[in-house]
Amino acid sequence: MSVPQVELKNMTKRFGANLALNNVSLLIGSGTVHALLGENGAGKSTLVKCLVGFYHPDEGHIQVDGREHRLNSPKDADALGIGMVYQHFTLVPSMTVAQNLVVSGARLPAYINWQSELRRLGEVTRKLPFHVPLDVRVSQLSAGEKQKAEIVKQLYLGRKLLILDEPTSVLTPAEADEVLGHVRSLARTGELSAILISHKFHEVRRFADDVTVLRRGASVRTGAVADLTDDALAEAMIGEPVSKMVQHAPKSQPKSDIVLSISDLRVNGDNGLPAVKDLSLEVRAGEIVGIAGVSGNGQLELVEALMGQRDRSGTMTVSGSSFNGTRQEIARLGVYGLPQEPLKNACVDRMSLAENLALRNFDRVPLCRGIAMNYGALADQAERLVAQFRVKAPGLNASMSALSGGNVQRAVLARELTQDVRLLVASNPTFGLDFVACEETYRRILEARNGGAAVLLISEDLDELLGLVDRVLVMSAGRIVHEVSAEGADKRVIGKYMAGLKAA
Amino acid sequence: MDAASIGWLALPLAILGGAIRVSTPFIFVSIGELITEKSGRINLGLEGTLMLGAMAGYAISYLSGSPWLGVLSAGLAGMAFGLLHGLLCSVKRVNDTAIGISLIVLGTGLAFFLGKPLIEPKAPPLPSIALGFWSSVPQVRAALDVNALFFVGIALAFAVYVFLNRTGWGLMLRTVGDSEDAARALGFPVLRVRIVATMAGGFLAGIGGSFLSLSYPGSWSEGLSSGQGIMAVALVIFARWRSINALGASLLFGGAGALGPALQGVGVTGYYYLFNAAPYILTLAIMVASTSRAAPFADAPGELKLHR
Repeated sequence: MSVPQVELKNMTKRFGANLALNNVSLLIGSGTVHALLGENGAGKSTLVKCLVGFYHPDEGHIQVDGREHRLNSPKDADALGIGMVYQHFTLVPSMTVAQNLVVSGARLPAYINWQSELRRLGEVTRKLPFHVPLDVRVSQLSAGEKQKAEIVKQLYLGRKLLILDEPTSVLTPAEADEVLGHVRSLARTGELSAILISHKFHEVRRFADDVTVLRRGASVRTGAVADLTDDALAEAMIGEPVSKMVQHAPKSQPKSDIVLSISDLRVNGDNGLPAVKDLSLEVRAGEIVGIAGVSGNGQLELVEALMGQRDRSGTMTVSGSSFNGTRQEIARLGVYGLPQEPLKNACVDRMSLAENLALRNFDRVPLCRGIAMNYGALADQAERLVAQFRVKAPGLNASMSALSGGNVQRAVLARELTQDVRLLVASNPTFGLDFVACEETYRRILEARNGGAAVLLISEDLDELLGLVDRVLVMSAGRIVHEVSAEGADKRVIGKYMAGLKAA
Repeated sequence: MDAASIGWLALPLAILGGAIRVSTPFIFVSIGELITEKSGRINLGLEGTLMLGAMAGYAISYLSGSPWLGVLSAGLAGMAFGLLHGLLCSVKRVNDTAIGISLIVLGTGLAFFLGKPLIEPKAPPLPSIALGFWSSVPQVRAALDVNALFFVGIALAFAVYVFLNRTGWGLMLRTVGDSEDAARALGFPVLRVRIVATMAGGFLAGIGGSFLSLSYPGSWSEGLSSGQGIMAVALVIFARWRSINALGASLLFGGAGALGPALQGVGVTGYYYLFNAAPYILTLAIMVASTSRAAPFADAPGELKLHR
């Protein structure tokens, strides 16, 4: 089977009143890498899900080598050699990589002889420029390894059109080069075509031949990557000329007093194995300390232990007193957080916006009188915060789950940052947010720092991190392996530590 | 030779014999439950299935004169119950735990109702294999008089191991139970796999029930099961969703269950009821020890939300 030319024509898709795709056309030439660029909610995922048969477009059709095809299910896409690597992985966690590969084959074998099967799979994976262990359970792989295993699976299945959905969010820069470089070289040699969904310009520039920019469900710009400047792409993406990024306030001299002090922290992951190993760190008032690292290296467990969501051993003190995440301690010591996936980790999704905004102080005057709630005061507070932080919601009594991701984040920012913050723990706070909400989150974090709070910022996005922090710690395999001040930071060096190539 | 002449050896022998006898229904029910849970659903109704199987097996054995036909029909009755559970749970927003509990009540009620005329008559029991033929000691002969179904159960544990690890269908079952997303992306018929897995579980639980009524000496009464169907659910967790472990766990529980009668057999009559509670105390202790939050649960099916 040669590599086909795939064309999507005039695709329109509605979800209720919401127009997710508006007459989008896309042409992926044989043996090319086509980037899809756009903010969250621009319709990138919807478009490719139509291509793999998960959604059915209301209008428009799909042509492969000039012949029209109806894709009713992922099986139809399979038959055409179209495969997708999803952001949330579709590997089976309790099975090994080899078992996952076998079960994904087109025909299920009746009896499996694992010896010969492993030998055969080994030959397939040996040709790859990156290593994926075959006999390890997927649940024990890091997020980066899972991503690679997903890609191996698609290559193993002999895909002719490979769709990669934000593949590099869990890879180190070097790993991203290996993986995307390999996909690109496969495209060059005419073995497949690929669609690369991304929001990183430099990735698009390095690995894609063509690019299509989506905004609010419409295709607003398309062409060869070489013909478009970064500014033009950014403008197409957000729909207005790009203003300067937030001017980061000059870094104030951190005050000397230590706010957060962690020593010999040990935390187990969900699988019962140690995820954070003997970790110690300090954050002073008025400084932002960033923790860089590839996802799955213990950052999540560190944050959960810090916020009292997970058992731990080791000492943790805030402003000199020990901190275990109880409600009294949080209020007294001023520890607040911007967790990742705020709807899940910082909100009760079935409660209303107003109630969620009161989660920190509903048990204090004036929001309560004895054991009774004062709903008037609760509504007043919600109204004030919504106005101040420009939260867009159907109403104060709307369920939290009715808000968009950016507005959930704004609501959480409003609730957390209007307290007396002395320590702020932010974990991937801009994950999945649009440009505007990102910038706003950055500004608020800097304001908190400038107000004298100590900030611990955990982020998998190295660019974001280096733009904000005063000091960078690199976390790998549950330990801090490197520390450098933000001015002297070199991305390549940090990347090497992130990948675990250099030990502390 | 009389009992006194082999002295305290009589106790381990009695426990061994009891373990084999008591564990047989556990083996079938727990492996049946394991197959169902591997598909991502939990069937708590196996207690009802067990009673239904015991009744159906006894009835058909009595009517046809063939105990093996009884075993088969017990399995089929269980399978029908599994199908019922599978279909009901496939309706959107229906909770498998709640359905399971209602099936316990339905199954036992149905068995009691239909089994009323079976209390008197005598059905032909399942044959047992006299592995103790070489010995002249009656206790040894009694302990090694093993029911044929026990060996079927052992073979079953290994067969299920091979099925889950070395066949394509086994991998498909595990995929469905572990990640519905992955299964859908691979185009597997998720609901159909779950229904079939629940039917298979019901079939085996029915056979386990037939052992209760058809093993020597064989009788049907309403007090046949003392919660084996429920205990099997705990056994599956204790066995970490591995069939060979489930076999071992069943034997262990069988041994604990045989402790009371065995002690009584050698003349220790005090604390009879306390010793009879041994399997339940063991269940509690093992569950506390083995389900601590720190312990890894690598084989737990991801779609089962009960191991959190």
